[in-house]
Amino acid sequence: MSGLEQLYQQIILDHSKHPHGVGLELGETTSHQRNPVCGDEITLALRWDAAHEHVEAVAWEGAGCSISQASASLLATLAEESVAEGEAWTPEQLTTLIDEFREALRSRGAIQLGEERFGDAAALSGVSKYVARVKCAMLAWVAAEDLLARRGA
Amino acid sequence: MNIALRTPALTSAEVESVRAQFPILSREVNGHPLAYLDSAATAQKPNRVIEAESTFYRESNAAVHRGAHTLAGEATELYEDARRTVAAFLAVDENEVVFTSHATEALNLVAYALGNASIGRGAGANPTAAPYALGPGDEIVTTELEHHANLIPWQELAARTGATLRYIPVLDHGGLDLEAAAHIIGERTRVLTITHVSNVTGVITPLEALVPLARAVGALVVLDACQSAPHLTLRPRELDVDFAVFSGHKLYGPTGIGVLYGRAALLDALPPFLYGGSMITTVTMERAEYLPSPQRFETGTPRIAQAVGLAEAVRFVEEIGLDRIAATEHALTARLLHGLARIPGIRVLGAENSAPRVGLASIVVDGVHAHDAGQVLDGAGIAVRVGHHCAQPLHRRFGVTASLRISAGVYTTADEIDRALEAVASIRPFFGLADDATAEAAQP
Repeated sequence: MSGLEQLYQQIILDHSKHPHGVGLELGETTSHQRNPVCGDEITLALRWDAAHEHVEAVAWEGAGCSISQASASLLATLAEESVAEGEAWTPEQLTTLIDEFREALRSRGAIQLGEERFGDAAALSGVSKYVARVKCAMLAWVAAEDLLARRGA
Repeated sequence: MNIALRTPALTSAEVESVRAQFPILSREVNGHPLAYLDSAATAQKPNRVIEAESTFYRESNAAVHRGAHTLAGEATELYEDARRTVAAFLAVDENEVVFTSHATEALNLVAYALGNASIGRGAGANPTAAPYALGPGDEIVTTELEHHANLIPWQELAARTGATLRYIPVLDHGGLDLEAAAHIIGERTRVLTITHVSNVTGVITPLEALVPLARAVGALVVLDACQSAPHLTLRPRELDVDFAVFSGHKLYGPTGIGVLYGRAALLDALPPFLYGGSMITTVTMERAEYLPSPQRFETGTPRIAQAVGLAEAVRFVEEIGLDRIAATEHALTARLLHGLARIPGIRVLGAENSAPRVGLASIVVDGVHAHDAGQVLDGAGIAVRVGHHCAQPLHRRFGVTASLRISAGVYTTADEIDRALEAVASIRPFFGLADDATAEAAQP
């Protein structure tokens, strides 16, 4: 696989063309993140259960490069899967997940995202060798982190 | 561009000998020989520029315009020689050349000097700057196609003085609306600030249609020549502009240096922008008297090594000849635009505009974000710029947020243009968007 094919794995191309989790509701609390370098934009919401203890869904809207859009879609998918498996994220768990994701993406290829933990989002491992693209992949995750910080997690 | 048509382009052998002077061009990127097609962002540096700067540090480094020791004298002489070289390059007087840190600072210098004039500050005891004061009712005119560096300083100047910022709109084909310009530039216009060449479309601004409008109403004219200085002979006086700015690093010189040309009478009348050492005659605890220009505008220890490097870059360009550089790039531009027009799903911003242009083109790939498109070229060892190129209003005007810009320099070869065309043709197929015509039409 060429470097380019490692970066643009089929999972990423599929998610950028057919993204999951798209659609925000009016008045929902969101975080808007921009990558001024290329104009990527993501507006993202964390939807909580009634007790406000677990993430029920990640919803978002955005425009930009395939990496930024696929990454948001993969985060939403990962949230869906955690709920389906009865392991919906607590704020602390999501914070840890975001930290691990960032560490891998900033590792310049040294740390791979595990499929067990990151599911299809593990396909974003290839981004870490492309320093200029790490910010694209981080955009949705930074939005989630911003919402957690504002929540006081 | 008439000059370009009359003058012979560089031969392949000449281009090769130019390329041999640029060490970076021999490196590989992602397993391919580097094709550097991002000279509009910053140009590469020939050995002689790198050597001039490092030789200065190795042999002559000292603070200029102060100290009586031998090195200080040598350094001052080299620095002022650099100013003379740049002045001759522009065919202006040496006291009309101000060195700044970059072109952006040069534009800010003009805007802030006018702002300081507007609050009653002068060039010294003598309030000669009063005629340049701006206030409510006055208008600053710019255009919709400016680089942010020639937009935001004027937005801020308008906000500080109460003047109004107006802009000449861009037509669908990316050219300026000259009819609108004739209405916008009027009695209230005090400043017209405009780019010489668009950094997105590469189109040369029809200054001959715009400058007389400003002159007729007594407005100052500021020219952003960043994208023209490396590509065509720049003569601020012939263009009848009051100020012109360009950056050293786009002209094969070092980063960290920009040039401001200012008409002598204006530089002598306007108050400083930055204040401190190197620009004063007498200082008391209450007030200061300022040196004449250009020192008045070169506060602090100046960019000495960078000026020396820039002068070497100017000599490099002059030895080749800007008319020959223009002729060479003219052919490359035609090859690039012709090739791009044959690739399905590619839109060249401003392609419909038949006006003369320099060697760059910005494209939008149907269905593929510019960042992803640029990644494909990078994978093939081809360096291009992706994003809004610091011209968000123009991109908005074109209805896009980002584009991919291919730009040529003196070392660019036809082969590199062909490699870029081939890589551009492979973008949509790579992302699964190929149509049947793509492969066939992609042949340059």
